[in-house]
Amino acid sequence: MTASNVSQTPSLPETLATTVIEPTRGWASLGLRDIWEYRELLMLLVWREIKGAYRQTALGVSWLFLRPILNVLVLTLVFGMLVKVPSNDLPYALFSLSALLPWGYFSNAVLRSAGSLVQNMEIISKVYFPRMIIAVAGVLSGLVDLAASFIVFVVFMLIYRVPLRIEMLWLPGFILAAVLMALTVGLWLATLSVRYRDVSFAVNFLLQALMYLSPVIYPISSVPEKLVFFYQLNPMAGIIDGFRWALLGPTAGSPPGTTFWISMGIMGVLLVVGAFIFRRTERTIVDVL
Amino acid sequence: MSDIAIRVENLTKRYRIGRAQGSQSGVRTLLQRAASPFRYLATTLRPPSEDETLWALNGVSFEVERGKVLGVIGRNGAGKSTLLKLLARITEPTSGRATIYGRVGALLEVGTGFHPELTGRENIFLSGAILGMKRTEIERKFDEIVAFSGVERFIDTPIKYYSSGMRVRLGFSVAAHLEPEVLLIDEVLAVGDAEFQKKCLGKMSEVATEGRTVLFVSHNMAAVQSLCSRGIYLQRGKVLVDGSINEAVATYLKMIEDRTQEDLSLRTDRGGQGGMRLVGVDITDESEMAAMTLITGQPAKFVFHINQIPPGMVLEYVDFTIYDLQGRPVAYFNSGDVGEKDFRDSNLGTHVVCAVDELLLIPGRYRINVGIAGNGDLQDHVEGAAFFNVEEGQIRGRPVVARSQRLGSVMLPHRWILPETR
Repeated sequence: MTASNVSQTPSLPETLATTVIEPTRGWASLGLRDIWEYRELLMLLVWREIKGAYRQTALGVSWLFLRPILNVLVLTLVFGMLVKVPSNDLPYALFSLSALLPWGYFSNAVLRSAGSLVQNMEIISKVYFPRMIIAVAGVLSGLVDLAASFIVFVVFMLIYRVPLRIEMLWLPGFILAAVLMALTVGLWLATLSVRYRDVSFAVNFLLQALMYLSPVIYPISSVPEKLVFFYQLNPMAGIIDGFRWALLGPTAGSPPGTTFWISMGIMGVLLVVGAFIFRRTERTIVDVL
Repeated sequence: MSDIAIRVENLTKRYRIGRAQGSQSGVRTLLQRAASPFRYLATTLRPPSEDETLWALNGVSFEVERGKVLGVIGRNGAGKSTLLKLLARITEPTSGRATIYGRVGALLEVGTGFHPELTGRENIFLSGAILGMKRTEIERKFDEIVAFSGVERFIDTPIKYYSSGMRVRLGFSVAAHLEPEVLLIDEVLAVGDAEFQKKCLGKMSEVATEGRTVLFVSHNMAAVQSLCSRGIYLQRGKVLVDGSINEAVATYLKMIEDRTQEDLSLRTDRGGQGGMRLVGVDITDESEMAAMTLITGQPAKFVFHINQIPPGMVLEYVDFTIYDLQGRPVAYFNSGDVGEKDFRDSNLGTHVVCAVDELLLIPGRYRINVGIAGNGDLQDHVEGAAFFNVEEGQIRGRPVVARSQRLGSVMLPHRWILPETR
């Protein structure tokens, strides 16, 4: 199953847990049960990531809120007021923040999980646990940033008097999609980073490129008609558009259409393949790191 | 239920070497790689040829009965750490298999997973979870862990403010309270101050007598002999001795000695950058014949032959440590700690001499590890570079004879003041 073929049964009084260590041949199973067994460690790793990050900062946890606010401020100044990017007649601050919710989360989560294996090499080389939880922890810890950004958004909603909408019930779905997308990209990059440290350089560039290819600073309606289909194959495009639609209504974005579901399908395939490749690399990660 | 706790059958681990060296160096390889990424990829993907492979473990088999404490010994690179890593499931074997009956706890490092920004309390939970303890288990043992570590006062301070000793103590305390049926331990005892080491040894023998199965890897022969009943001696990835701990230790010591009979320059089991190499050691008494035999209380001379001091290389220091046969360090010498009577001699060439006026070692057999440093790096390090015997003699007129019951390795010059005999 994992770095070895393991069948661990909870130790009952008579039958002892038995660990068999031997080389795994071919493709191992995903070992999701193993991950479940280690859920306590997963939560602790998430907590360590969050708690460790803001220690010894003067502003502490306020950074969680400051970051989205500053981001929106800059975007609004540059693209809303100077460049005058269309925002479908919505206040640009609201328009950009609604996109920064999923995008900010996504880029953060990808950064964390892509570097997770290399950064946690010290633990990985000394203790066994399903390595995938370290990538998952990176993705999950980003949710705290998302929650903080959401609070900021609620404040913006009050300021701009945005009404509550029934479509907002879609949000958990879009958030889940963003989490899975971050996990997909994160797993692939983490796997690659083990062998090729180039990933740590590439990831920043990749995220920047992907941001310009997603409707973060401009509306999807600015994309030429002929290209919209291909444009929307990027799952983040659909997710961001969905966020806008759910939060601000049909003027801002559009409900998930066929292309959205196609992009989700592609993502699903990539996620499963990525997870299997991750599992395959996992076994001998320590030898390469 | 059988009473075997660990069964290892034909366990083998092959590492790929050669490629790793290229990956560290310079702009040139980087350019080459950028120029031909596919060729690089191709060399990565093809199966390794024989000269690129290192058999870290080669068909190792043994069994450990439940409740036994097995010591694993061997020189550096013999495969001890690889064996531990495989059993701890940190990496996967190339072939063969191992079966462990019971919950496994691996202790390969002290303070695994500690985060410097978090407090001692938080780190206990973190490290405990990483080592495989459940939250409830940690909560139950929390006070015990804190008490054992002796850092009660600082438990809510981020551990980055801890001294390294405190960190080690906290780390060991967490690990010592693991309660697996099978415990794998690396040389974690080689840390901390003497008092804490003693405490650790005590805790370990407690573990050993509790009927748990322990696999203990160490260089410290004294610790191994006091803790283990059985021992295996690994050499170049194979089990050479599987028997009583005394048998294994005896083989280990004999092997180290045999190695020193070899020409030093031919040895490959050495560390350092390689800019300078130790090619010979002469240990002589007054007569200056390379006798490798010294006399207690008499002058002694250690002469180190270096193959070359290349232009541009600055020899920073030569250091050596004298060990007794149990593997306990006895004395350390470093030419970098300059004394008043040190001097330079232009006729010396590539020799370095350490002269001892009065040898205070008691009769017995000793070995030395030698290091050579230059240009800011360790250039060479050889374990067991030489052996020598010390024979009975006198220290300032006091006879020092070989006695089996004698403790320690050093005799300090002294005098007794006794009540008058009537």
